[in-house]
Amino acid sequence: MSGGLYSMEGKDFDKTLDLKKIKPYGDTMNDGKVQLSFTLPVPCGPEAGEAAKQLLLQLGFEKPSIVFYKELTKGFTFVNCYGECSKTVDYTNIHVPKVESDVMGMEECDDYIKEHIGRKIIAIGASTGTDAHTVGIDAVMNMKGYAGHYGLERYKMLDALNMGSQVSNEEFIAKAIELKADALLVSQTVTQKDVHIKNLLELVELLEAEGLRDKVILVCGGPRITHELAKELGYDAGFGMNTYANDVASYVAQELDKRLNG
Amino acid sequence: MNEQKSKVGLDFAKVKHAKAISKKIADEVQTFVEQYTTVSVERTIARLLGIDGIDENEVPMPNIIVDQLKDAGVLGEGIMFFLGNAIIETKCSPQEIAEKISKEELDITKLKINNIQEIKTALVPYIKSSIEKIDARKNRRKEYIKTIGEGPKPYLYVIVATGNIYEDVIQAQACARQGADIIAVIRTTGQSLLDYVPYGATTEGFGGTVATQENFRIMRKALDEVGEEVGKYIRLCNYCSGLCMPEIAAMGALEGLDVMLNDALYGILFRDINMKRTMIDQYFSRVINGYADVIINTGEDNYLTTADAFDEAHTVLASDCINEQLALMAGLPEEQMGLGHAFEMTPELTNGFLYELGQAEMIREFFPKATPKYMPPTKFMTGNIFKGHVQDALFNMIGIWTHQGIQLLGMPTEALHTPFMSDRFLSIENAQYIFNNMKNIGDEITFKEGGIIQKRVATVVDNAIELLENLEKEGLFIALSKGKFADVKRPMDGGKGLSGVVLKGENYFNSYTELLKGKG
Repeated sequence: MSGGLYSMEGKDFDKTLDLKKIKPYGDTMNDGKVQLSFTLPVPCGPEAGEAAKQLLLQLGFEKPSIVFYKELTKGFTFVNCYGECSKTVDYTNIHVPKVESDVMGMEECDDYIKEHIGRKIIAIGASTGTDAHTVGIDAVMNMKGYAGHYGLERYKMLDALNMGSQVSNEEFIAKAIELKADALLVSQTVTQKDVHIKNLLELVELLEAEGLRDKVILVCGGPRITHELAKELGYDAGFGMNTYANDVASYVAQELDKRLNG
Repeated sequence: MNEQKSKVGLDFAKVKHAKAISKKIADEVQTFVEQYTTVSVERTIARLLGIDGIDENEVPMPNIIVDQLKDAGVLGEGIMFFLGNAIIETKCSPQEIAEKISKEELDITKLKINNIQEIKTALVPYIKSSIEKIDARKNRRKEYIKTIGEGPKPYLYVIVATGNIYEDVIQAQACARQGADIIAVIRTTGQSLLDYVPYGATTEGFGGTVATQENFRIMRKALDEVGEEVGKYIRLCNYCSGLCMPEIAAMGALEGLDVMLNDALYGILFRDINMKRTMIDQYFSRVINGYADVIINTGEDNYLTTADAFDEAHTVLASDCINEQLALMAGLPEEQMGLGHAFEMTPELTNGFLYELGQAEMIREFFPKATPKYMPPTKFMTGNIFKGHVQDALFNMIGIWTHQGIQLLGMPTEALHTPFMSDRFLSIENAQYIFNNMKNIGDEITFKEGGIIQKRVATVVDNAIELLENLEKEGLFIALSKGKFADVKRPMDGGKGLSGVVLKGENYFNSYTELLKGKG
């Protein structure tokens, strides 16, 4: 092993963790180490490296170090770099809106619904608008589920209908009325030019126009959806990355219980 | 490859059996297909006969002329019949006739009907002209491959999807300089459901760029330029699927596209396009692609994004078998068949790599002349770009090991955003490193007799044959309506586009089918 790989520089900063002033961690508390990679629209060469360095300084990184740069195509340079973050965050003062429900497994959910609702919950889901991606709605709804979490179709106490992709908001609402759905699950994957926002808003507006908004539990999900965003758009809850069918089912069951039984 | 030997213990008698059943399934579809035509097939013929452009409401001329027949209830007689007749009666060209119709100056369904032979003769110069254009494109490609050459297989296939054709050009040329062999311009979301093809150069799209003939032309020119610069022919891919399947095929043939996604089954299952409509459309589109030397890609990989990749592997093989037979019926050579499969098993699966390796080799041996298209992991890409890059590396190892035809490169940022320029660089670098470093591994390593890999292949083949036997009994249409593929059920008369299907009338003819199937 070559000794040059090891950092020999002194570490003369306070190495105790202070949750009021946290910064990134490389291998020593408060070293602030961050790795970045990006592309600059300039020809490849030392000037590109220098430009990246100056950019890092402006971003508040100390000791910027450009470890790799390479031309992607004429006039574009890809860089990998490291820097030490000079900013801190007060972790004790952070509040993230979250779906307020206890996450249960499939059987637990079924038992909960039997006990608290006393009938099957009717849920319909679709990837609405022009969005052709079914991955998200399938992961949540299809029998097989995703990553070991069975989909809603497998829940004994859920009557779940997956309408698939490219379902118009009008069709979706018509189906909700027809089936007297308790919960509407909307999946959005494509986010170019915020097309998902427009589409999600349109659904809320249509539901309001039909006088249905308060009669259903309205949930959206997708890789770029957060609960916070969902609330802003007028949804009851939002489910993003790393959430599964049982997260959704737990929420819907408990929310419906709250609404029906106070 | 008469003396084909199997590395994975493939029983070639079973291969033959699977293909024989698949042929019967395809025959039944074909018998159905030949009785009908569709609005899109007729618009395709209009395009080939030289009709192009839009009216002031941006309605394409091919739609205007075909709608006139449809509204008069005579679409079943076909555009060739009425257009050929109108040429005799008006002494105008097809384009002039379409323009007159758009200005409501002419109704070609109300003209005096001439002798059928004269009608056919009137069309000959226009047919000849379109075939000459396609031939010129074919020759141009051949000439490029002869003079500047092409990349080795597996071809490196990457996607651009900015929505703006001019931005796509910058991205595509960058990809070519980094080593890509095929550039696919993803279509704007929802285009598959439009029953017309938009017109002109476009700069707005969602999740992709509108497929128009002008956009095809712009990108073809850009790839020829960069191909000359990097010293190899760069192939262009687009999407010949959805409600305008054959029209896009015609546009691609005229503009020198090289690869087309072209799969009715995909449209039925994942876009809810009516199965009758799209099977009829697919046949003519494959006739055109076959003639134009275009490699088609089938969409079996998508089954595994909804169904489980381990449990449902046999559905991919069965569908590839059917797609092969349907393509053969359209005169599409085996070499142009980019049959689809994918590396989509969960990374948590113990020995998943061995199963994927066995299946990829199986596809290769099942279809030895084909140019199979191997699709990367997408379902289990999580946003952990570092692990994703490793998943793509395993996928690339299998690609080179089993000599795939087309390697659609996975991106570490799959499921996050449309690829950055740097994402493509990393992916191409990943593939090039592995393809070079492991170049001949497939020639060096044999698999253990009766081992995990061979057993896996035997199971998949047996399950595929069982499924094919079932499909033969029921017929493909019924099977699709029962959800045999991808766990998706589609009713025979449901979905989009059925109203565009009509029975052929007694005067119906489409000279292109026979001309193109015979390869000219």
